[in-house]
Amino acid sequence: MTVVIDRTSPTNPAPQGQGPVSAAASARKKAGGGGGLYKARTPIYPKLVHGRWRMIKWALLILTLAVYYIVPWLRWERPGALPDQAVLVDFTGRRFYFFFIQLWPQEVYFITGLLVMAALALFLTTALFGRLWCGYACPQTVWTDLFIAVERLFEGDRNARMKLDASPMSFDKLWRKTGKHLVWLGISFGTGGAWIFYFHDAPTLIRDFWIGQGPATAYISCAVLTATTYTFAGTMREQVCTYMCPWPRIQGAMLDKHSLQVTYRRDRGEPRGPHKKNQSWEGRGDCVDCNQCVVVCPMGIDIRDGAQLECINCGLCIDACDEIMQRVGRPKGLISYDTDHAVASRETGEHKGLYRFIRSRTVFYAVALSLISGVMIWGLTHRTSIDLHALRDRNPTFVRLHDGSIRNGYTLKITNRGFEPRTYRVTAEGLPGALLKTPGEDASRGALSVVVQPDEVRAVRVFVTLKGEAITAPNLPMRFKAEAAGESVTVRSIFLSGEANAR
Amino acid sequence: MSEHQRETDAVSGVETTGHEWDGIRELDNPLPRWWLWVFWACVLFSIGYWVAMPAWPGISGYTQGLLGKSDRQEVAQALADLKTQRGINGAKLRDATLQQIESDPALQAYALSVGQSAFGDNCATCHGPGGAGAKGYPNLRDDVWLWGGNLEDIATTLRHGIRSGDPAARVSQMPAFGRDGMLDARQVSDVTEYVVALSGRPADRAAVGRATQLYADQCSSCHGPAGKGDQAVGAPDLTDAEWLYGSDRAAISGQIHNGRGGVMPAWGQRFDPETIKAIAVYIHANSGQ
Repeated sequence: MTVVIDRTSPTNPAPQGQGPVSAAASARKKAGGGGGLYKARTPIYPKLVHGRWRMIKWALLILTLAVYYIVPWLRWERPGALPDQAVLVDFTGRRFYFFFIQLWPQEVYFITGLLVMAALALFLTTALFGRLWCGYACPQTVWTDLFIAVERLFEGDRNARMKLDASPMSFDKLWRKTGKHLVWLGISFGTGGAWIFYFHDAPTLIRDFWIGQGPATAYISCAVLTATTYTFAGTMREQVCTYMCPWPRIQGAMLDKHSLQVTYRRDRGEPRGPHKKNQSWEGRGDCVDCNQCVVVCPMGIDIRDGAQLECINCGLCIDACDEIMQRVGRPKGLISYDTDHAVASRETGEHKGLYRFIRSRTVFYAVALSLISGVMIWGLTHRTSIDLHALRDRNPTFVRLHDGSIRNGYTLKITNRGFEPRTYRVTAEGLPGALLKTPGEDASRGALSVVVQPDEVRAVRVFVTLKGEAITAPNLPMRFKAEAAGESVTVRSIFLSGEANAR
Repeated sequence: MSEHQRETDAVSGVETTGHEWDGIRELDNPLPRWWLWVFWACVLFSIGYWVAMPAWPGISGYTQGLLGKSDRQEVAQALADLKTQRGINGAKLRDATLQQIESDPALQAYALSVGQSAFGDNCATCHGPGGAGAKGYPNLRDDVWLWGGNLEDIATTLRHGIRSGDPAARVSQMPAFGRDGMLDARQVSDVTEYVVALSGRPADRAAVGRATQLYADQCSSCHGPAGKGDQAVGAPDLTDAEWLYGSDRAAISGQIHNGRGGVMPAWGQRFDPETIKAIAVYIHANSGQ
């Protein structure tokens, strides 16, 4: 959380050395005063831990990566020359395909709605359960986890890695480091490589890519993503969250004292201190100060300092602490998903009504989320495959014919978002006796038939002629209607005839 | 700001900068070192950019850059590409008949856009940007045509012009009856009344009676006995509500006295056949024919 110096109201001072500490402050402490203008990264060597949350993290890692790599290869039959890739962002064809949904650029509001929904869902989960996104689903977390696993494979666990880094260069160190970086680069390349398949037909692109015939954007995107994956997950890791990501700052506004967060239960743990076997637990807390929660932390923080900006709520310290508690014979859950309110209440001896999930903010987020979801579902189900726009000619506004009739010109744009050619019946409503004419057809009629090819917009010139006696006002409101395949759409326009010609 | 008490914030253990707003003070946290690297990387990139791309102005030119990028060349290339593309579509226009162009949606759309830009550049000066015409310049959007309003008629008029000097130009000559002394002032006035009556408006019956023989002798050979005109000789219909030079008596008698006729250039001498076809389709389509 953001550190705010507030001198107006003295709050309960945190126990000595236990207040929230920013990464920069602890870095300075370690650097030994002065600090300097720039802070080098303090390496973090997270220790491998086993337990419930680690298992969930492995499972989510496999799931999210599988989704990311497999989705572009799913096929979905579409008629005609349309692409058969299930999920495709087709920039050249200006279409977005998602299984049975096909969106045009002018329907980008569906994407906007989806983003609003995602934001609200994130707000709601954060208000209820804390930073679940940061801890389990964020690509930065997932890839960092994967990269640490690779690091562990080559260099061993925490102690071995620290020893290796401290040791002078040797053949053993060289091959371990080289191997690690090569595998990292391989994963990074795979990451960038998978990304580009979302934008082109995957089987075609993979062939073109390797024979050097792919589009330049594919190579550039692949190179950029390879570089960022390698840097962010390999060398920058927690610094991305601490310095670059805006979300840790924003989520402070979603969290309150009733939000579940990875919490050190101060009430149970303090006063902490080493514990010898067979020593009494009377008059002391359960925390044996073994530091396991610190050494497993991928962010390099001490959860016992309380909720802090750097904490991504991944729950690995819970697993580490539970293991120790089991070993010393104390109940699990000294560190656990808990709320600030519950901890504070237990400290004062209250044990009822500790948790409040229904709060004004969670209700608001839930209602807003349901509303937007409802609107989105309504929009998607009521979406027509026709679009109709009418552009009135402005010069000349109207034309008088030899028999005193008046003619107005319009350009109608008819969109066929369907998958087969359609013949649209176009009529002008609100103008009794109006005759419609389009170039290429011989006669003027009450209705036109316009063929629009699938997945296309056709601009049609339409001329509407009204007999002199039917013109009752200089401007007559009217509507164009296009109908086909059981769908119809209307658009408002106007028929002008000038003061002199109206009766 | 320059001199401030060195102060350490109690909560974070970080020194403050001395900047304070409403009791909120700024911590003097160090920048991460990677940030400095990013800064130097940007500096290095800019140097590389100067070398690779056009960058520095000189006295008589500028540094060209090793990649040889040039916006001018790109524009030239884009124009050449456009020309190639137009060549492909132009060939389709050349090979199709006017009717085929108008009834094929894709060809029609292409012809309309080419026709619109050519019309705007060349024809709009006289006929107006929307083709609605002006006094002495025919309205191309209505259903009244001097020389015929079907696709072929329009294309022929476009190619050879009117009184343009082209051997195949459309030529007609309304005599200057008054100026050349073929009719005296009284007779011009009578024929004017006759023409007013032809278009269904109230007129001086006595004058109309006097002019009946005059009209039959002098005018009906071109304008027809009933005044319906003749598109073969470009003689306007005198019975409708359309008047190229004005509908009132002064305008009509002026036309009988002076016999004006407009000139339209022979565009076939300036445009390629595809453009002529495109303009013809554009005019025909927009005339609602």
